Amino acid sequence: MTLNLRNIGMFAIMAVMFAMVGVFNSWSTALFILNFCLISAVMSLGVNIQWGYAGLLNVGIMGFVALGGMAAMLVSIPPVQGAISAGGSGILFSAFLTAIAIFAIYLAYKKLSGGTRKLVITSIAIVSFFVIRYYFDPAVDAIESYDSAGTGNLGGFNMPILFGWLVGGLLAAGAAWLVGKISLGLRSDYLAIATLGISEIIIAVLKNEDWLTRGVKNVNGLPRPFPVPYEVDIQKSPYWIDMAERWGVSVIELSSIIVKLSYAALFTIVLLIILYLSEKALASPWGRMMRAIRDNETAAEAMGKNVTGRHLQVFILGSAVVGIAGAMLTTLDGLFTPTAYQPLRYTFLIWVMVIVGGSGNNWGAVLGGFVIGFFWIQAEPIGLWAMDVITSGMAEDSGLREHLLKSAAHMRLMMMGVILLLVLRFTPKGLIPEK
Amino acid sequence: MAFLIGENMTGGYGKGADILHDCTIGVEKGEIAVVVGPNGAGKSTAMKAVFGMLNIHTGRVMMDGEDITLLSPQARVQKGMGFVPQTSNVFTTMSVEENLEMGAFIRDDEIQGTMEQVFELFPILKEKRKQPAGELSGGQRQQVAVGRALMTQPKVLMLDEPTAGVSPIVMDELFDRIIEIAKTGIAILMVEQNAKQALNIADKGYVLVQGKNRYTDTGAALMADPEVRKAFLGG
Amino acid sequence: MTDILNAIVLLFNFLVIPGIAYGCQLALGALGVTLIYGILRFSNFAHGETMAFGTMFTILATWFLQSNGISLGPLPTALLALPIGILAAVLLVLGTDKLVYKFYRKQKSTPVIYLIASLGVMFFYNGLIRFVIGPDDQIFTDGSRFIITAREFKEMTGLDQGLAFKMTQGITIVVTVICVAALFWFLNKTRTGKSMRAYSDNEDLALLSGINPDRVVMIAWVLTAILATIAGTLYGLDKSFKPFTYLQILLPIFAAAIVGGIGNPVGAILGGFVIALSEVAVTFAYKRVIGYLVPESWAPEGLVQLLSTDYKFAVSFTILVIVLLVKPTGLMKGQSI
Repeated sequence: MTLNLRNIGMFAIMAVMFAMVGVFNSWSTALFILNFCLISAVMSLGVNIQWGYAGLLNVGIMGFVALGGMAAMLVSIPPVQGAISAGGSGILFSAFLTAIAIFAIYLAYKKLSGGTRKLVITSIAIVSFFVIRYYFDPAVDAIESYDSAGTGNLGGFNMPILFGWLVGGLLAAGAAWLVGKISLGLRSDYLAIATLGISEIIIAVLKNEDWLTRGVKNVNGLPRPFPVPYEVDIQKSPYWIDMAERWGVSVIELSSIIVKLSYAALFTIVLLIILYLSEKALASPWGRMMRAIRDNETAAEAMGKNVTGRHLQVFILGSAVVGIAGAMLTTLDGLFTPTAYQPLRYTFLIWVMVIVGGSGNNWGAVLGGFVIGFFWIQAEPIGLWAMDVITSGMAEDSGLREHLLKSAAHMRLMMMGVILLLVLRFTPKGLIPEK
Repeated sequence: MAFLIGENMTGGYGKGADILHDCTIGVEKGEIAVVVGPNGAGKSTAMKAVFGMLNIHTGRVMMDGEDITLLSPQARVQKGMGFVPQTSNVFTTMSVEENLEMGAFIRDDEIQGTMEQVFELFPILKEKRKQPAGELSGGQRQQVAVGRALMTQPKVLMLDEPTAGVSPIVMDELFDRIIEIAKTGIAILMVEQNAKQALNIADKGYVLVQGKNRYTDTGAALMADPEVRKAFLGG
Repeated sequence: MTDILNAIVLLFNFLVIPGIAYGCQLALGALGVTLIYGILRFSNFAHGETMAFGTMFTILATWFLQSNGISLGPLPTALLALPIGILAAVLLVLGTDKLVYKFYRKQKSTPVIYLIASLGVMFFYNGLIRFVIGPDDQIFTDGSRFIITAREFKEMTGLDQGLAFKMTQGITIVVTVICVAALFWFLNKTRTGKSMRAYSDNEDLALLSGINPDRVVMIAWVLTAILATIAGTLYGLDKSFKPFTYLQILLPIFAAAIVGGIGNPVGAILGGFVIALSEVAVTFAYKRVIGYLVPESWAPEGLVQLLSTDYKFAVSFTILVIVLLVKPTGLMKGQSI
């Protein structure tokens, strides 16, 4: 980012906005929005790596976010011994069989050709599907019936949730590799549609494979990452009770602020690390090559650059960042709710962040994350207030008034659509344009 | 003054460097004019300039005494120019008949007569009228392309390397047809890679080098000129 | 013998007929996507919402007609209201084209920019629809429910299994046949239709031939709006109208268009049926069918379902992936990849 007055000013305005929420509303709310914005900024950076650096269109961001969330959950929760002894071996065995089947298909793909290849691959796929299901289904039943009200899943690894952030990045990267392998090198639209498909599937899996994620029963009470404290501990600590008294706030509010501040500090560190690495990468020969490919694919290809290979790299990297952000989001919530991931809607939100901020500019992506994240949260009260004003002249029991007030909630996405269209049309370079 | 003439044209594509420098090419009704020259001499560019597909900042294009320099290619088609591009010059997924029909899209009158004339000129097309143009051989495709351009009943027919990629026998036949078309009173302006054969049938020849006119004369005179023969016709 | 007949009837009742009806709806949707792709060369993410918008106006008009006591007897009133829905959708897409896409056409933007713009349009429509009709389920089907009920069929044939043929399924099939026939007549027989094919085939040559691009684009949008409204209304009649489902149907529609060969209308129809029938077949529980075909002692205990219905999107996606891997241009040759 060029350190000019305009760019610094825009970040300063954002800071003032948060301060205003803090002063006029509450600091707890301001920090809540800030944390949401920090995570949004990380996601937005990930998408910027894909779209801004390489022009790749990922319409399935929520799928990668969900994978990250699942990783955080699985890494941190304790294992359920009973379920593991009931069905763990069956799951392991079917995983083993799946690996064999994939290996066999790979071998057939490499060694055979033509009609035989198709026939052999199809038969392996069909036979292995039934064989795996034969071992998999009873194991799943056993696991899901074990204490289904309390757990009903295998549980996790009981490791620090911060480790889950890394695993989340890796899982998302793996999924990106798969999607990229299939759809990169084809028309740009196909990647968009393929990512939409994979995210729908990922979320369907998370909702339905109860043995793994508890599905719609959700997983509550994820452990907090180091160094974020628990509110109850603060409220019991004489030191903080004393502090609260001295500052004239209730200890309950103080505890909430301290917890949120710790999260904010943690997220800021991650954001800064990723931002630093992204900027380094963008300025490196690799980043220059990426932009050259984006600006003229044919020319880059003619110069002997492996365009599809580079695209795969960048797609995996961007998705990994999104996966980490997903793990952060689940950590902040402290619970894993598969139904909360709506493939298209929130993906779209991230897109608006990147485009409003400035495609291709990392600082722009961060700013976009803050601006859009802020307005996304604030739009609901603003919309309600606006509808209240509009309808204030109407009778209390007017049907139209009720309808308008009820639909205020849906105006947010519509506004995002309008913002995207306006920015795309009138300032396609965004708030902080690419250098 | 010639029926169609691009006079002293200087210009290039978009904002790029000039490709043409004070270049002049023209053709009379019923005549065949051929533009030849080495690779990268700006032959096709000169023809495209006449057709309005690039900006010339000096010079002008006149047809039938009217200045058409500022008209779009589409407007020039309306004025009676027919253009056959070098590549992707047929609708591959559409039948031969539909290709011809689309050629006549701007006409509101009965087109059946013109189609019969095209079929008379290229009998093979009548046979394959229901086949998609994409399934035809290279030579037959060129016939469709020429036929499509003829469907507007143009006064001028411009051909960009019509024999590129076809066999010598097909090339001779295509040239025969082009002579026949010229005999009906249409002016023909053609860019050709096969300079010798093209100049053979040309009433007028232009040899371009680096976007400039090097030699301009009748086709026969150019063929006879030892310098031209040595430099451009391979002796 | 009766057992085999019973098994066949069972398959038809729960798999073939619903599959065909769903296939018709997908085919009509995919035709709209493929038309826009062929002419404007981008994947229109707002298509599902266009369907929902047209359907919404059809529903509003249906309610109006119903409240005035107008009906079509055994047929759903929505058929009578369809022109209103179509008109609304046509105005919407033409307005959108003028305000949004036209600008990018002038700029000669890449397809990706159009795609992002279509995402913006999608969410604008999305909000508009929820603003007008709300996010809830709306049922607007009236008239007779069945052409043949399961009971009538059982009495007619004496079989244990009944074959119910719903009115909405029958209408879906008939309307689709009419639409497809009309569309193909238009594309193959009329001058305007041919000019659209020419434009889709080779834009530059079409311009050289004097085909007016603005007119071609306009007609493409009008056709798309008509097809989208009809597809959406048929889907809403057959299942129910819920705005969210029109967002979800986008993936199978894209899959159908690409699997068939994007830009190719015949392919879109083929793709629609491939996707719909596989989706239904893979998520169908074969337990009872097998029960009829094998001796009682062999009867399976489980549902014999390949995948649970929650994974129906996985089916369209898997087929899409296989086609992209094996034959990227689609089953019928579509436009360049």
